[in-house]
Amino acid sequence: MKPIMRVEHLTHTYGENTPFCRSAVKDVNMEILEGEFLGIIGHTGSGKSTLIQHLNGLLKPTSGKICLGDRDIWADPKKIRDVRFRVGLVFQYPEYQLFEETAYKDISFGPKNMGLDEGEIDRRVRAAAAFAGLGEDLLDKSPFDLSGGQKRRVAIAGVIAMEPEVLILDEPSAGLDPAGRRSLLENIRSYHREKGTTVVMVSHSMDEVAENVDRIVVLANAGVVMSGTPHEVFSRARELIDVGLNVPQVTQVAMALRERGVDIDPAVYTVPDLRRALGALKGGRKGC
Amino acid sequence: MSDIIKTENLTFSYLPDEGQEAVPALRGVELSVEQGSFVVILGHNGSGKSTLAKHMNAVLLPEGGTVWVDGMDTADEGLLLEVRRRVGMVFQNPDNQIVANVVEEDVAFGPENLGVPTEEIQARVANALKAVGMEEFTLHAPHHLSGGQKQRIAIAGVIAMEPACIVLDESTAMLDPLGRREVLDTVGRLNREKGITVVLITHHMDEAALADRVVVMDSGRVVMDGAPQEVLVRMEELRAIGLDAPHTVELLHGLRADGFDVPLDALGIQECAEAIVNALN
Repeated sequence: MKPIMRVEHLTHTYGENTPFCRSAVKDVNMEILEGEFLGIIGHTGSGKSTLIQHLNGLLKPTSGKICLGDRDIWADPKKIRDVRFRVGLVFQYPEYQLFEETAYKDISFGPKNMGLDEGEIDRRVRAAAAFAGLGEDLLDKSPFDLSGGQKRRVAIAGVIAMEPEVLILDEPSAGLDPAGRRSLLENIRSYHREKGTTVVMVSHSMDEVAENVDRIVVLANAGVVMSGTPHEVFSRARELIDVGLNVPQVTQVAMALRERGVDIDPAVYTVPDLRRALGALKGGRKGC
Repeated sequence: MSDIIKTENLTFSYLPDEGQEAVPALRGVELSVEQGSFVVILGHNGSGKSTLAKHMNAVLLPEGGTVWVDGMDTADEGLLLEVRRRVGMVFQNPDNQIVANVVEEDVAFGPENLGVPTEEIQARVANALKAVGMEEFTLHAPHHLSGGQKQRIAIAGVIAMEPACIVLDESTAMLDPLGRREVLDTVGRLNREKGITVVLITHHMDEAALADRVVVMDSGRVVMDGAPQEVLVRMEELRAIGLDAPHTVELLHGLRADGFDVPLDALGIQECAEAIVNALN
């Protein structure tokens, strides 16, 4: 897969020339591959939100650059609006940003700003609502009459409706209950599967990342400290814990088993994998 | 031990939209919270757990039944300030509960309203910020802090009022693992060392393992109530009401199906590993 976005030596400093001057990201280099489902994890203050706000040009690098395709997105600052249509960003708790009279109007806000015709807007709104798991019957309702989970789906649909090449979601499941989380993630997964476009999900739930993404980038202390497949990343569980992150519960159990002398792959991160590994171990012992 | 909070046949409905029937959010909740205990209330969105929490310091008043806080009826308007002095509440969204431009002023807001003398306010603010590990931010602006840090400021604001009980209404839902651990460690310590009663509303199952007692709500009723080892192992029932059992429980259930002789209530990571090692040998 070739990269669709590249982050090169990105540094962003908040409050320069004040006593609170702080670099939220420092010399970050990373790639986002075309069509992948990428997870970005990091603790609070690790720079994840600052990083993703650079990806669609909401923040301007203090130094370094962001490339979409082969172009520096700031090469022509007047065209930054086009970047925002091509890289869709769903903020944390996006339900607080709904403002229209109906869910339909709210979802159509983005496509309307793109100057599309009525028919195309309608097609996109309905398709986006379906991807986000919103029933047609909810489209005419005021967003304020919807439940928290439904509101969030409206906000996500509003970004999907712009049909961005890269969809970035900042902690899409935060604050939802387990059933709501499961169902929203299933929607995001099937959007990725069916559209084949690039999806970037920021999360601090290791279990959630472990179960969903192709590749993980780990941020800590304003920089990238690790990247790789979930298996590669979780095999370095100890380092993750050292930078203040949790590892999936199943990985924690595997680590505790290793400490007790059980010969098990420390990078297992799902219940079925650990069951299988333990089953093989048991079978092996019987054989002896 | 006496009860700091007691509800008797508590019912409540929110005002319905025009032309619609009111759907009861609470349908006869009977719950007693012992002074000094650490209780976790679990439930999916819409199960009534936040509505119940808001009755614990008279943010909401019962439609039917009674809520007693330290023996006081919350419906008695004359006792409102006393009730809120006993039970402090921390909400879900840290951005909605910061009132001042400087951290120390924000934490001082509660005790100021209680008429605490200035010198004592200063001492309380310093102690409260220390208790949540935010003392180095005393003179910072809250809006520059992260969500987790803001939440700890909000908790400090409640602690500075020296309540007998703190109710956290999904206060960890918007935090990352580190922030959550800090908040949980903080309330755990306040519970153990100062004897402050903690009622933690959450849908993070792993937080429930820390409590003395777990209460599960569904459709406005209490459907399970007991020690974490009793409640969290009921995987099928939890799943049926939109909750998850901890992965350790799921793993133990699975291993048992695979013919391992493991207990189902080894909730903690270390306990779970120990149980598996025993079964392997």
